[in-house]
Amino acid sequence: MAEYLLSVWGPAEYDEFGTYGSKEEMEQAFADTGRFNESLRERGHWVFAGGLHPAHTATVVDGTGAEVVTTDGPYLESKELIGGFWVITARDLDEALALAAEGSRACRGKVEVRPFQGE
Amino acid sequence: MTLPEHAAPDEVATLIEGLHREEFGRIVAALTRRFGDLGLAEEVTQDAFAEAVRRWPTAGVPPYPPGWLSTTARNRAVDRLRRESTRHARHVEADLLRAPHGADPADWDPDDPASAIPDDRLRLLFTCCHPALAPATRVALTLRLLGGLTVPEIAAAFLVQERAMAQRITRAKQKIAVARIPYRVPGDAELADRLGGVLATLYLVFNEGYLPRAGDQPVRTDLCAEALRLTRVLRHLMPDEPEVAGLLALMLLTEARRPARVVQGRLVGLDEQDRSRWDPGLVAEGHALVRECLRRNRPGHHQLLAAINAVHTDAPDFAATDWSQVLALYDQLYAVTPTPVVALNRALAVAELDGPEVALALVEALDLTTYQPFHAARADLLRRLGRSGEARAAYGRAISMTGNEAEQAFLAARARGVERAIYP
Repeated sequence: MAEYLLSVWGPAEYDEFGTYGSKEEMEQAFADTGRFNESLRERGHWVFAGGLHPAHTATVVDGTGAEVVTTDGPYLESKELIGGFWVITARDLDEALALAAEGSRACRGKVEVRPFQGE
Repeated sequence: MTLPEHAAPDEVATLIEGLHREEFGRIVAALTRRFGDLGLAEEVTQDAFAEAVRRWPTAGVPPYPPGWLSTTARNRAVDRLRRESTRHARHVEADLLRAPHGADPADWDPDDPASAIPDDRLRLLFTCCHPALAPATRVALTLRLLGGLTVPEIAAAFLVQERAMAQRITRAKQKIAVARIPYRVPGDAELADRLGGVLATLYLVFNEGYLPRAGDQPVRTDLCAEALRLTRVLRHLMPDEPEVAGLLALMLLTEARRPARVVQGRLVGLDEQDRSRWDPGLVAEGHALVRECLRRNRPGHHQLLAAINAVHTDAPDFAATDWSQVLALYDQLYAVTPTPVVALNRALAVAELDGPEVALALVEALDLTTYQPFHAARADLLRRLGRSGEARAAYGRAISMTGNEAEQAFLAARARGVERAIYP
């Protein structure tokens, strides 16, 4: 088995209904995502998952120099940013891609699949 | 394949060349299954061939050369794994244990030709053509790992810097390993989609050989031959897939016309080719496959293209072509693959049935201005309509967009024909 990060990417700015077009759509997506999470647990793929607050709530800390520099906002200026993620275990990439497709359909966002380094 | 123990050096070289073509992909595929490590399999297979080049001319050719190559490659892999850290060895062990889908490495004996499991190469082909890899990468990996072409050869064929090609292949192998792209033939549910990627890859290789994008070689026969060979392997391994038969037929019928296609460094259009020079053996083989596809009646993209080529290769001369049949097939093709490229080729059949004016209206409605054949087709239709100025401009555009010298010569000759029409 291997672990993969399934990250959901979407617009940097959220509007009233997050990244969704309407309240109904948002609620439906939340419900679908909840069901997907449940099925990940049932099938033994679940490690961890979480949705993130909008990127403007992010803070970047740079401790590489003599002094720690703290700045407001996300590290990258970008129109698309990570909005949430799953960490899953899967047998191989085909299985991870199939789960990513389910997750993408549930949360209505594009999902990047990336393997974790082992050990 | 057997040679006397002390054969002449050039005979040995020819033998190794043939073995490289036939056996490289098979050995890489079998070792990948055994050790679960594509990179390792490739390197030790390469080493085994290098060893043969060094040893056989002086020490003599072994009694069963493919077995010698397999065994040498396998021994090198075992040596290398022993030398490396035990941690790595544990990983390999774990990989073997998880070896999915009934692959038991213990049941494989590389010295026994009867135990060569044919679908090892099929697994390798599906791995190289996995949708998680970019299409250009799939082509490069397939040529490297199944065809045994060197990185410089692949780089030259695709007009890419050698270093960039080496990096592309290295990164792809890394992705296969760390992202765990599985080494298997996809199950029935996925197969139709995934097979499409494999067929597209093989057709890309063939087309790059048939009309190279640049250079003074009008045809890269090596790439055509490699694509044909790999498609034959695929056909052998998947005899019940009509699209595989269709792709093979398409390649055979295209390849059959090659002897008449370039004369004195100039491309010759289908309308002017000397059809007596077409290869009758390849035509017959292609037609038989098309008939087989018709009997199955599960038409797909490659089968329909093959059927169109079968109509062309059936006609004794250009004028005798059954254009309504060609057009009907293009209509079917457009229903399966509604792309502007298909619409362009369909319009050329319309030109033969309803005249160039009707066809030109269809062509000009297409959003294909970055596609070289669009300009060549448009130029030809304008020439036939006597719209000389526009035709010359379109030929100029088409010439500037191809790097293939034989094609440039063909288009330039047509453009000169336009000039003559104005100043007789």
